[in-house]
Parts: sequence; C-alpha cells; structure tokens
Amino acid sequence: MEDDAPVIYGLEFQARSLTAQTAETDAIRFLVGTQSLKFDNQIHIIDFDDENNIINKNVLLHQAGEIWNIGASPADKEVLTTCYNKTSDSRVVSCAAVWRMPTNWETGSHESPDDSAHNPQTLELLCHLDDSAHGNAACVLWEPMGDGKRVISLADNHVLLWDLQESSTQATISSTAMLEGKGQLKFTSGKWSPHHNCSQLATASDTAIRGWDLRTMNQIYCIDNAHGQLVRDLDFNPNRQYYLASCGDDCKVKFWDVRNIQEPIKTLEEHSHWVWSVRYNHSHDQLVLTASSDSRLILSNMVSISSEPFGHLVDDEDLSDGEDNHQEDKCKEPLKDSVVSTYEEHEDSVYAAEWSSADPWLFASLSYDGRLVINRVPRTLKYQILL
Amino acid sequence: MDQETCMVKQIRSLDSDMQTLVYENYNKFISATDTIRKMKNDFKKMEDEMDCLSANMAAITDFSARISGTLEDQHAQITKLSGVHTLLRKLQFLFELPARLNKCLELQAYSQAVSSHRRARCVLQQYSHMPSFKGIQDDCHAIMDKLAQELRQKFRDGGSSAKDLSECVELLLQLDEPAEDLCEKYLNHAGSRLELDLQSLEAEIRPSPPGPALKDSSTRRPSPSVTVGSPPDGTAKTSALPSPSSNTDILEFIDRGCNEFVSSLCLVITSYQELFVNHAQTGELASKNIPQMANSKLHAFVDDLAARYFSLVERRIKEEKGVADNSLLVRALDRFFRRLQAVAKLLPGSSVPQQGTEIVIRAATERVKQYLAALQSFYMDSLTDVRQALATPRLSLAAPGAGSHFGGSTSGRDAPSSLPELLSSLSASILNQIKSVLASVHLFTAKDITFSNKPYFKGEFCCQGVRESLVVSFIKFVCQSSRQFCESAGDKGGSTPPALLLLLSRLCLDYETSTISYILTLTDEQFLAQHHNPVTAVTALCAEAREAAQKLLNHYVKVQGLIISQMLRKSVETRDWVNTIEPRNVRAVMKRVVEDTTSIDVQVGLLYEEGVRKAHSSDSSKRTFSVYSSSRQQTRYAASYTPSAPMDTNLLSNIHKLFSERIDIFSSVEFNKVSVMTGIIKISLKTFLECVRLRTFGRYGLQQIQVDCHYLQMYLWRFVSDENLVHFLLDEIVGSSAHRCLDPAPMEQSVIEVICERG
Repeated sequence: MEDDAPVIYGLEFQARSLTAQTAETDAIRFLVGTQSLKFDNQIHIIDFDDENNIINKNVLLHQAGEIWNIGASPADKEVLTTCYNKTSDSRVVSCAAVWRMPTNWETGSHESPDDSAHNPQTLELLCHLDDSAHGNAACVLWEPMGDGKRVISLADNHVLLWDLQESSTQATISSTAMLEGKGQLKFTSGKWSPHHNCSQLATASDTAIRGWDLRTMNQIYCIDNAHGQLVRDLDFNPNRQYYLASCGDDCKVKFWDVRNIQEPIKTLEEHSHWVWSVRYNHSHDQLVLTASSDSRLILSNMVSISSEPFGHLVDDEDLSDGEDNHQEDKCKEPLKDSVVSTYEEHEDSVYAAEWSSADPWLFASLSYDGRLVINRVPRTLKYQILL
Repeated sequence: MDQETCMVKQIRSLDSDMQTLVYENYNKFISATDTIRKMKNDFKKMEDEMDCLSANMAAITDFSARISGTLEDQHAQITKLSGVHTLLRKLQFLFELPARLNKCLELQAYSQAVSSHRRARCVLQQYSHMPSFKGIQDDCHAIMDKLAQELRQKFRDGGSSAKDLSECVELLLQLDEPAEDLCEKYLNHAGSRLELDLQSLEAEIRPSPPGPALKDSSTRRPSPSVTVGSPPDGTAKTSALPSPSSNTDILEFIDRGCNEFVSSLCLVITSYQELFVNHAQTGELASKNIPQMANSKLHAFVDDLAARYFSLVERRIKEEKGVADNSLLVRALDRFFRRLQAVAKLLPGSSVPQQGTEIVIRAATERVKQYLAALQSFYMDSLTDVRQALATPRLSLAAPGAGSHFGGSTSGRDAPSSLPELLSSLSASILNQIKSVLASVHLFTAKDITFSNKPYFKGEFCCQGVRESLVVSFIKFVCQSSRQFCESAGDKGGSTPPALLLLLSRLCLDYETSTISYILTLTDEQFLAQHHNPVTAVTALCAEAREAAQKLLNHYVKVQGLIISQMLRKSVETRDWVNTIEPRNVRAVMKRVVEDTTSIDVQVGLLYEEGVRKAHSSDSSKRTFSVYSSSRQQTRYAASYTPSAPMDTNLLSNIHKLFSERIDIFSSVEFNKVSVMTGIIKISLKTFLECVRLRTFGRYGLQQIQVDCHYLQMYLWRFVSDENLVHFLLDEIVGSSAHRCLDPAPMEQSVIEVICERG
C-alpha cells in the first residue's frame, strides 16, 4: 500500500540523537541532533504531514557542540535538553543543557524555507545542567508526564536530580546518587519510570541494570549480567509498571519483570549486531521497536507479555450484541509473539528509534549516516489490534 | 486196384485198431464192476457195527441218569453250606470291624482303615434297622470320626510332607469330608509352607536398604564392632549371610526362588490337581462340581502367591542397578521365565506366565533405561575429560604463547594438536560404549533365551526399546547437551572453553555425516527389527545433529569474536585519542589480535577443512593492499578533510554500500575454516568500528588508527573468504575515525607501511 511506504529524510551530518516532541500531541514531530566536529551542529525539527506523506523540516543551530543525546520537555514543547561534546584545548568534555527554541521558528520556515536553511536560527540557552563536581553527561531524562520542572542527568557514575526554576532558566541539584563499585563505572543510559508516581529510575551501566528510588536516592534492585555484553538502552512498559525492556551488545532484547530479576521473562534474538535502542509503543505496549547496528529496525509484536495478552478484550456491549462474535473471540488462541516486520531502509548503524507522540502507529528511526526514516505499523496489524 | 488194396489195407488196420480199443475198455468196465461189488459188502458190515454202538450208548445214558438222580440231594446241600460260609465270613468281618479299625488307628494305617470302612459302610447302612448291625455301625462311626479327627489333626500339623498330606487328603475325601473345606485347608497349608519360602527370599532382599547403612556404620566406627567379642559374631553372621544384595547376585536369587518357591508351587499344583481335579473327575465326586470349584480356588491361590513372588522378584530386579554384567540379569530372567512356563503348563488358564512376561518386559525396558542413563553419564564424563585435557596443555602453553606473535602460532599449533586426537578418541570411545551397550542389550534377544521369541522381544523391544529409547534417545541427548553448551554459556560468557565448542561441533557434524547412520544400521542389523510403527528417521536425527553442529560452531565464532572484540573495545575506550602522541609503531593490542586470530585459525584448521575463498593470487595481499591504501583510502581522506563537502564522504560510502552486500555480523557460518574465520573477524572489526564511532580523535589518534588498520589489513586478509570484506570494514573504521577527528591529517601511506613493516 502506498500509504505504508516509508518516508526518508536525509541529514547532511551524521546523527545519533532522536526524540519525539513529547509535549506536542497534534503534529507528528521529531527532533534530531547532529554530530559534526567541524561544523555547527543542528537540531532538525521534522514535521510529518500524515495526509500528504510529506516531511517539513526546520533547522535550529546548536553551536555548543555535537549532540549525543536529546530530550524534549513533556510540558513545554519549546523546551528541550541536549547532551553534547564540547572540545576545548584539545579536551573533549561532555555537557548537558536546557534549551528553548525560538518562538517563531515555525513561521519563519513557512515564509521563506530557503532562508531558514541558509540562515537558521539559534537555540536559546536556558541553563546548563553542569556541576563542576560531576563529569561527563551521558543523557538527560525528563520527568515523564511531569510539569517540566524536573530532570535527571546521568553523569559518569552519578545520578543528578535537577529542579528547574524560573521558567527553566535556573537549575539546582536537589539530590544525587552515586554508583559505587570497583572499576570505572559509567552510566550508559537510563529511563525514568512513568509508574509509581514517577519515583523510580532505571539505569544501565556495563552489563547491569539498576533501579533507583528517587525519593531516597537508593538503589532498589540490580540485575547483574542482564546482558552478556554492555547494556545499551532501556524502556519501561507504559502500561505494566514492573515490566522493563532492555537491549545490548549481545544482540538480544530482553524483557524483565523487576519483581523477579533472576531470569528475563522473554528474550528476543532477531538482530545480528548490537541493539542500541528499544522502545515500547506508548499506547499499545505489545509493539516494541528495536534499532541495531546491523542497520535494521525491527518491530515486534510481544503480545504474550503485553497488558493485553489475549488481544483486544471484548466489551460488554459487544457481548450483548452478538453471541457469535463472542464465541469467535473465545475460539481465538492466545496470540503469539512475532516479529511484525524488519525495516531495511537504513544502510548504516541505526542508533535511535522513537514512536511519535501524536500518532501511536508511526515511528521514526535514525541511522548514523543521517538518514531518518518514518514508518507506520502495518495496517493489518493495526486493525488486528484495534478491532 | 492199388487204391482198393490200399483202402482194404487201411480198413483192416482201422478194424484191428477198433478191436484193440474195445478189448481195453471192456477190461476197465469189468474191474469197475468188481469194485462196486466189494463196496456193497463193506457197507453192510458197517451198518451192523453202528447198530451195536447205538445200543451201547442207550445203555450208558440210562446208567448216568440213574447216577445223577442219586447224587442230587448231596449237591444242593453243599451249595447251601458254601453260601452260609461266605455270609458268616462277612458277618465276622463286620463284627471284627471296630476292633480292626481301632488297631489300624493304633498302627496309623489309615488307608487300610478307610478302605475297610468303605467296604462295610454300605452293608451297615442297609441293615442298620437291625440292632446288632446298628451297634456295629455306631462303633464304626465313632472310630472313623476319631480317625478323621486324627487325619485332620495330621493335616493341620505343618510337619508332614507333601506326600503324606496328599494321602491324608485322599483319605479324608473318601471319608466324605466336604471337598471345599479340604481344598481350603490344603491350600492354606501349602500356602503357609510357600510363605516360608517367600519369607526366606524376602529376607535376602530386605537387608539391602539397611545393609549399606550397617556397613557404613561399621566402617565409620570399626573398632568397637571388631574388638567386642561375642556380639559381632552374631552381627557378622547376619550381615554375612543375607546382607547387601551384592552378596547374592540376582542369578542366585532367582535360582533360589525357582528352586524353592516355584518348584514347591508346582508340586502343590500337581498334587492338588491330582487330588481334587483329576481324581474327583473319575470318582463319584465329579457330580458335585468339585473340579470347577477346586480349580477356581487353585487359581486364586496361585495368583495370590505369584503376585507376592513377583513383587519380590521385581524388587530384587530393581536393585540391580549396575549395568556392568547384563548377562547375569538376562540369565536370571531367562530362568525365571522358564520356570514359570512350567506353571503355565500345569495351570493353563492362569495369568501367572503373562505377569511373568510383563515382569521380564519391565525389567528389560528398565534395563534399557539404565543403559541410556549410563551412556549419558559416560558421555558427560568423557566431555569432562576432554575439558580437562583441553585445559591442561593450555596452561603450560600460555607462557610461550605470549612471546613473539608468530611464535604464538607455532606454539598454538602444539597446544591444540591434540584436538583431532581428542575428537577421534572421544567419538571412538562413545561408539565403543554404544556398541558394548548394544551387545549387552542384544542378550535379551539371544536365541537360547526363552523369552526372546515372545512377540514383544521380537518387535517392540527391538524397535521401540532399543532403537528408539536407547540409541535414538542417546543421539538426541548428545545433540541436546551440545546445544545447552551454547545456551548456558551465552550469558555467563564462555564458561565452556571455545575449543570444546569447536570439538563438539565437529563431533555433531561427524554424527550427521556418518556416525548416526552407522549406529542405526548397526542397531537394525543386530536386532533385525521390522519397524511396524513409525520410527525416528535417520534424516531427522541427522538434521538435528547438523543443527546442533551449526549452533555450536556459531557459538564458537561468537565466543572467539567476543574475546577479540573485548580486547579491541578496551583498547579503544581506555585511550585518550585526542592527546595521543604521533604513532611510532603498531599498538600491541593489534599484534595480539593477529596472534589470537592466527591461533584460532590453527585450531579451527585442525578440525575443519579449508573451505573455498574467492580466488586471489599468491601475492594478492600486497597488490590489493596497495590499491586499497593508495587509491581508495587516499581519496576518501582527501574528501573527508577538505572542508568543502561534508556530503561527499557520506555519498562515497553510501555508493560503496549500494554496491556491496549487507553484512550480517553475527550470522551463521559454514562448516569450514574460512567461513569460521570470516565470522570471527567480522565480529571483531565491527566492534572496532562501533567503538571508534563513540570516540573523538586528534590528529595522531587518527594516524594511529590508520597504522593499526593497515597492520590488520596486512595479516587478516589471508583468513577470510572474501578479502574485500576486510577492506570494507577497515575502510569504514578509518573513515569513521577520520570523521570523528578534530584535525584530520592522515599519515603518509609510505610512513604507515614502514611502521607496519617494522612490526
């Protein structure tokens, strides 16, 4: 179907960081941060016009340095955070900062698209999330579904919880936690759990996954050797509070119930190289997206461990309506986990994949060569889930 | 005239002839008349004599009639007298009977008493209305009651022999004892004796659970049990006689069971049948349905006892855990079975032989299971041995291996040189074990074993028992356990030595190509199995083995790749690439990588064939290398550091990618050395690439990477199937590091070459 064809957008620079504009629920919009050591880095605002299948882009300059991680505020769509590398005096420093987009970026682009490309506007710095005591920031996490006042940054082996004040122009550390252990431990990534009143955090460091209680800043669980190699990414199931997905250099994607951390409840081995990103669909948690450096993006349908293991539950109305319908549903066996499809549009390692915050059936993936691909969940599956 | 004269002459001669004839006949006629006349005279004489005789006979008759008339009276008298005499004798017998019976009783000549009584019984019955006879009858009854009492007493007494017993029963039966009671009693009695046999058998089994404990306790504290004088004597006796089951082996046990229990059971059955069934059929008891009753009783009795016996036998068989000597068990079972046939013959409708067969079958299947377990543990043990064998030379060679990098390859050759030997010895020992197990199991179907011609042992045992649950299960087990090595080691990271993985993979592959079909053919031949029901096909097993081999080899590639990856990753991650100094030589880790790759190559080469690689001439390394470095690399660098076009590099590498196939890093490998090596190198280089992309490089950092990649290029091409793959990945690495370089000023190719040549 024509509608299902992927839409491809190419950036001039290499890129690793991708996020959906979380606060935007009407337009399908993604933010991409580029990586270039020689030129000014950019943040591309990619708007996808669902009806016409067209991409609109706007570019904002991010002059501070190459972007390794990008996060959009859940409350204010103009606000975002980045982690970037700054080189000064032949030293490379990783920093994190909160930025605000210029208010008129959208109108400017519409009036004269050529100008925006040639003369892009610059992000407005709100505040740095840096502390002289703590070093390289690996990623910044917004409080999910919060009011955009709290962020966590993971710096080397520290978890820093920041309070943003005065419309995010000022950041103060409200509490910290430190990862202790032998060797040089470093957080590779983390995820703020949307459950438990946003009081939990999960982090990945080396082969272990750790859970933290943000009220006490204490470790609450630790899955040692969650993966054979480095753990690259995590995601929380949006509907099942104890369920967590992780991926790593052992080419596997694992699903965990943090109440029982001895064994993963499920393991996927579909990729042929490291898996860099794993994302649950925000509304239908059986849909899991994984991106790997084998240049593939895989959409899996993990029905058995989703919040709807038996498919769409029949409503009472349906029951009264037709007995046949009900019977049919009953006859249906429990659905099986399966790979929905493998997307091979990328030709370099895919480091990031994100679901759109506006359309639950749409997702974007970004490969290192700067190619952004927007895909949809196959229609058949969509109807199967909905009906 | 002449004629006339001649005629006359002839007439004359004829006339004279006629005359002579007449004379002769006349003479004869005369003699005949004479004879007739003489006969007439004789007859007349005879007639006279006959008359005289008849006169005499009449006289005799007359005389005899007269004599008999005189004797008649006397004759009647004599007859009467003799009649009286027999009657008197009978009466005397009757009158004497009580005394006689008493005497018999005293002398314990019961049978005589009974037969006497039987003779008198009817008469007494008939004349019981006469008081004198009545008295006799009463007396007799009293005596016979006593006798019966005594017989019963004797019957009840345990001590009497089977023969005595049967005599007793016979007598009692004749005494009109109710047969049912007798049967019951007889069986009870026999039962109690058989019970004893069973108990003695049981005593042989029972000590086995406490037996070892007793032994243990005695070994634990040996001094008191030995030093204390008398009590150990008793304990020693008990422990020596019936103690652990090992003391009496199963053959002995079964023998005893057969000789004691089964033979006495047979005896009981025969005598019982003799008494109650056959005997009764002919006698007057036949009418009372006794044979049927007796038979059913017998069946119940035999079944009951046999069940107990069987349970004992089964318990004993269960104890037979050791798989060392199967012939003993088979012989025991054979004897057991054979003896039961006797029972079957005696008791046609009995379920005993069937149960016996079932026990034999159960024992056989149990045995097969044990063999399977033994095979499995043997396999695991030999794997442990292999593991140890792999570990020991490793240690001793670790030291020299760290030396110069090509020294590493030679020492590496020594280390796993035992790999093929290990493989062959492993597979040979497994095969031998299987063969010996098959031989042992084969005993079950040997011709001289009675039960071997049962349909079960001909059909199902061969194909289900031996082929499926022994041979096929074992092969499946081998595959499965091999697969487990991949799975369990997956997370913990190389808990199994890679060499073992390689070896097992080769083993499984060998199984796929030849061993499985060999083993199955062997089995089929030995057991002449006609497969009625579907059996696991050779191809299915082969597929399984191949799958296991593939998995193992993939896992081997993964493990080895990860080991090298880890080295590369550490080397990239821990260095400050921005502030590094100008490269003077290849980094040690690269040498190490080449060294390890070489030794892996040697190791794989020991077990796997070379495999096909894309053709290249002998000096291709140099040539392709120069092409690689001078043209492609140079242009790429030029592009990457000319600030004009950041797109160009992307474009270039994208164009390159368009024409090259997508590379699956952790993909399946083929069963040859080149493919394995390609897999390992792919994994390593891809890791290198990804790690490089996460770092930022200074000018010298980039140059160091250039040098390293050139070095890898020089040595790695020879291992892979398609050297372009190595080129491509190394290009990517250098390209990526150029991208991640703050000040991309590549090193002169000639300098790189010089540095690399220097080593």
